[in-house]
Amino acid sequence: MARTKTAKSGAEIATDMHPDLAFQTFTASKDQLLEFYKQMLLIRRFEERAGQLYGLGLIGGFCHLYIGQEAVAVGLQSAITPGKDSVVTGYRDHGHMLLCGIDPKVVMAELTGRAAGISQGKGGSMHMFSVEHGFFGGHGIVGAQVSLGAGLGFAHKYKGDGGIAIAYFGDGAANQGQVYESLNMAELWKLPVIFVIENNQYAMGTAIARASSEVHLYRRGESFRVPGIQVDGMDVLAVRGASEVAIDYVRSGKGPVIMEMMTYRYRGHSMSDPAKYRSKEEVQDMREHNDPIERAKKALEAMGVGEDVLKTIDKDIRTRVSEAADFAEQSPEPDPNELYTDVLVGSY
Amino acid sequence: MPRMNMIEAINSALNVALAQSPDVTILGEDVGYFGGVFRATAGLQKRHGKTRVFDTPITECGIIGVAVGMAAYGLRPVPEIQFADYIYPALDQLVSEAARLRYRSAGEFPMPITVRSPFGGGIFGGQTHSQSPEGVFTHVAGLKTVIPSNPYDAKGLLLAAIADNDPVIFFEPKRIYNGPFDGHYDTPTVPWAKVDDATAEVPEGHYTVPLGKARVVREGGDVTLLAYGTMVHVAGTAVAESGVDGEIIDLRTLIPLDIETIKASVKKTGRCVIVHEATRTGGFGAELSALVQERCFYHLEAPVQRVTGFDTPYPHSLEWAYFPGPVRIKRALDAVMKD
Repeated sequence: MARTKTAKSGAEIATDMHPDLAFQTFTASKDQLLEFYKQMLLIRRFEERAGQLYGLGLIGGFCHLYIGQEAVAVGLQSAITPGKDSVVTGYRDHGHMLLCGIDPKVVMAELTGRAAGISQGKGGSMHMFSVEHGFFGGHGIVGAQVSLGAGLGFAHKYKGDGGIAIAYFGDGAANQGQVYESLNMAELWKLPVIFVIENNQYAMGTAIARASSEVHLYRRGESFRVPGIQVDGMDVLAVRGASEVAIDYVRSGKGPVIMEMMTYRYRGHSMSDPAKYRSKEEVQDMREHNDPIERAKKALEAMGVGEDVLKTIDKDIRTRVSEAADFAEQSPEPDPNELYTDVLVGSY
Repeated sequence: MPRMNMIEAINSALNVALAQSPDVTILGEDVGYFGGVFRATAGLQKRHGKTRVFDTPITECGIIGVAVGMAAYGLRPVPEIQFADYIYPALDQLVSEAARLRYRSAGEFPMPITVRSPFGGGIFGGQTHSQSPEGVFTHVAGLKTVIPSNPYDAKGLLLAAIADNDPVIFFEPKRIYNGPFDGHYDTPTVPWAKVDDATAEVPEGHYTVPLGKARVVREGGDVTLLAYGTMVHVAGTAVAESGVDGEIIDLRTLIPLDIETIKASVKKTGRCVIVHEATRTGGFGAELSALVQERCFYHLEAPVQRVTGFDTPYPHSLEWAYFPGPVRIKRALDAVMKD
């Protein structure tokens, strides 16, 4: 198999991919790259703050941070059409929600389980939704959202609204049976779905090679004729470039596509995971040499963006995140009567 | 006698079972190299090898399906489903294959498979990490369902389940892995090592607690409380705080059920309160209530009461409103004592 090493990331990216899906790194204007940078930084600062609130006991239970993987969702979601396309993902969902245009305040307030949370405190970190923003969750069951993504794609096609569905899942979820049932149906019915595999190399504590017979996950659709591409998910411009090609392919009615995003999470699988299954050096190496935000920052500096501009951006984002955290801490908890609302449409 | 928490007791049981029989294997997500998300299988792969304690992909249906095939050929697999909330993709294999192979082959296939899975709430897990789905399994003929409430039972029951030739669903109440839970969420958990009770003392070697035998945790004359798992401890708090002379029975296994112990107790007390964390309608409490009514009707002084989770998905932020804690149990005790 043809493999090539990208100079920047050190990640090996396959080159034997579908000819209709040949892509190039996106050439961003200064303003565009600044926007990507801001979005990635917002996610990072939001997640860092969520981690702190968890440490303080303000967020309970399970909390999965997106730190390290920001370029994936930013590169892809910057290329979709808000108000037209749908997004669905697993439990590591905070970043995807922010990129759907959801106010950080109501996301953070959901993490703390408050009535003002986007799902009124009923869902928590893993289970959040906003139909208004085209965000269909936030799913705690590994892989379950993938079939939902196929259904969302079906609905877009059925209604003829021109929208597409983006279904994110991880390298761990890629081994669930229903993923393959969904790939088959999506290709059979030519559904407008992008199956995005965020390959961060570890399914909870299990490295990909311990649990996957084929680790090149972009090939997982081959037996269903679903084409796949592999992308350097630590490079927001590579992701954006690949996403444009994939979106065009899917939106034109040719059927679904798999995008395997090679990425990495810096934190444990969840807040309770000390991540002893990998070396500190491995994480440090990724942070130092391959951080998506640092890479964008360097590119911005090369474009002549001054340090003062970047500092102002960071300050503004910290302020937004602090406001979100204050809001999430001060909002009241839901009324106990809410326990029985929305079980079914009617009461019983 | 060594003191162990429930995780250590389960780990010890698995270690003993692996050492005793080459047919025993352990498989599941993160159980091998990582040692399990709750550490129940820590060190077992190192001690017993990668062919006997091994990681699977995240594929619950596949894990159970493969285990059923292994068991049909004479192995004794102990698959782990990481959270009971993840077990539903495997339901097809459990219900249609594991529970039925023996019957439809007229006994040709035994099915010595023990499915371990942490279950229950009280850890802010929200709706996909808190459920108590035991009623789904007790409803299926051909499965046994076991739920320990302390370290001694956890090891003994698990060894009995692994030795059993029928499929066993072994639900581990994760809220009490590290220490018993009195039902008051704002008091810190006392670790099992500091609990002054023989159930925290666990022999190193092999022993079993037989399936189908309940345990009278506390003798009493006023009212019988039927509970299992975490709720045994919460029921204990309610009894202590109410001053009612309650007889607490830890069912330990739901199927097979020790109906004789229940009968003897209810006939003595004339009153019965059933406590479980699972949702109410169609829950195992409904079955218990029906059985008590059928078997003890003429001895009952008051209607049987159930204290359960509400008929809602497990909520994220209203966890303690949902959880059937001591306050609600005391209310039920008051109600049965009034009649």
